[in-house]
Amino acid sequence: MTATRGRTLREQEARAGLVLISPTLVITLVVVLLPMAWAVMLAFQDARLINIRYTGIFGGYTLENFGYVLAEPGFWSALVTTLVYTVAGTFLSIVTGLAAALALRGRFRGRTLVRASILLPYVAPVVAAAFVWEIMLNPQYGVANVLGTRFLGWDDPIAFLSQAQGEFLGVRVPVALLTVIAFEVWRYFPFAFLFILARLQAMPAYLDEAALVDGATPSQRFRHVTLPQLWRVIALLSVLRFVFTFNKFDDVYLLTGGGAGTEVVSVRVFNLLTARGDIGASAAQALVLAAVLVVFLTVYLRFFAGAER
Amino acid sequence: MSRDRVERAVFGVLRWVVIAALVVATAFPFYYMIMLSVRDIQELILDPAALWPSTITLDTYREVLTSESGGGQGFLVFIRNSAVIAVAAVLLTLAIAVPGAYAVARLRFFGRRQVHFLFLAVYLFPAIVLAIPLFVLFTMLGLRGSLAGLVLVYISQTVPVTVYMLRNYFETVPAGVEEAAAIDGCGRMETIWRVTLPLSKPALMATSLYIFMIAWNEFLFALLFLVERRESWTVSLGLSQLAGGIEIPTTVLMAGSVVLTLPIVVIFFAGERLLTEGLTAGAEKG
Repeated sequence: MTATRGRTLREQEARAGLVLISPTLVITLVVVLLPMAWAVMLAFQDARLINIRYTGIFGGYTLENFGYVLAEPGFWSALVTTLVYTVAGTFLSIVTGLAAALALRGRFRGRTLVRASILLPYVAPVVAAAFVWEIMLNPQYGVANVLGTRFLGWDDPIAFLSQAQGEFLGVRVPVALLTVIAFEVWRYFPFAFLFILARLQAMPAYLDEAALVDGATPSQRFRHVTLPQLWRVIALLSVLRFVFTFNKFDDVYLLTGGGAGTEVVSVRVFNLLTARGDIGASAAQALVLAAVLVVFLTVYLRFFAGAER
Repeated sequence: MSRDRVERAVFGVLRWVVIAALVVATAFPFYYMIMLSVRDIQELILDPAALWPSTITLDTYREVLTSESGGGQGFLVFIRNSAVIAVAAVLLTLAIAVPGAYAVARLRFFGRRQVHFLFLAVYLFPAIVLAIPLFVLFTMLGLRGSLAGLVLVYISQTVPVTVYMLRNYFETVPAGVEEAAAIDGCGRMETIWRVTLPLSKPALMATSLYIFMIAWNEFLFALLFLVERRESWTVSLGLSQLAGGIEIPTTVLMAGSVVLTLPIVVIFFAGERLLTEGLTAGAEKG
């Protein structure tokens, strides 16, 4: 290192650090941060796929896109759908993951196989998983409907993925939305399962044993010994799952294409972009999505992370 | 004492009910996928409720893999595309992230602590926001349909997490070993190459697996960038595009699903211990 002669070791270290981190920073800057900045600009421009070459990067700023996007009733219903989908998907996947982790906590024969089976939905490509669900739920020859009409006494096959409303035990329910939520839970409870199981297995056994000696029943031990130790990982999972589900595109797009009352905001953005070629409006809508997410995260971190401490 | 006994009995039974339900819910769709992929389409239409095939055919696999000009669906080309993209993404991401992770783990430089916030932002930001300008840019540059552009996007999506995972591991490598190498005359890069990396093989394997899975399974960007050129489709994209039509029998598409799913499941379980430990390493710290 002759070029670095005359510098202190500390200076050399700082320089080497910057050199080594620079490829990471450059790619993040070029492929993530600059495009994001551009997306913000596009949201304020009248940019369409046909005139984009003449739009230019600067100038021609307008608030028209936001006015247009916010005035459309479809946007607000998409936002509500996104929220219902996200809250239900997050909550149920964590609860299911918790149940799975508790059931698999102790050793038993075949546990490795059961664990492998549980991880399958999470590992499998989303396209393959969504396609199998589509076929299983198909009203004509799907196994769910064949078994349902034959053994469960359903009068008619249920079009799980294309029916917006249906009646269940006399209550009107959003059929397709519940189905995509079920898919979300099925696919992502293994994620919660892995985190919670790791935490369970890292817990010291003596606390549980002490409670056992004191005569605590299984439910008391769970409520007062195990659960308090799990809150932190559950809080972390809630944030992660909430963010990922809120931003989710693939699952809903592949299952329903956003039809039958399942249009979440990201699917709506995609449709605006590709079907209508309206870049400005889709960018404005995506930004509103990101802004809502930031508001939720801020509120969450304020209240829950603060209360925990 | 009786409440304790009742609870033990109830939870003892409940535990097995939960396990059985989970196994059925998770394994059945994949069993169904494999079962349909080897069934005859006529037989499926006549008896859709059958849960096992009465005759097994492998014609579906032949049709899905045969090239388009040979009368099949050309999945071999899709597999090649997916494999090229995934392997390129793994190698290039590691080439970029290893020095970066080393710098964050070992070297004191300006901005070292702030880097995390950048990564966190990239990790949590909606992909759809990023998709819009990239779609526009690639359209303008005529890069749509090129695999290289897609690899670039995958690198940018995986680099932050890779740096994070590798940094955690590099910090566990004793600094004394590296100092010994430096005293023996190794430069900084030589130390990384000859000391740090060989000691970090488990972490490198785990991150490679993670990047490979992301690249192989990814759908949104593949759809945006490649959809117009069939010869550049990935397996995921190919399956989703062909599943939309009605002319291809379901059993053939199921064979395509198996072809898409099998490699990733095999690779995952081959390196599973490494991956889950890396993924949940943060959870144990609380």
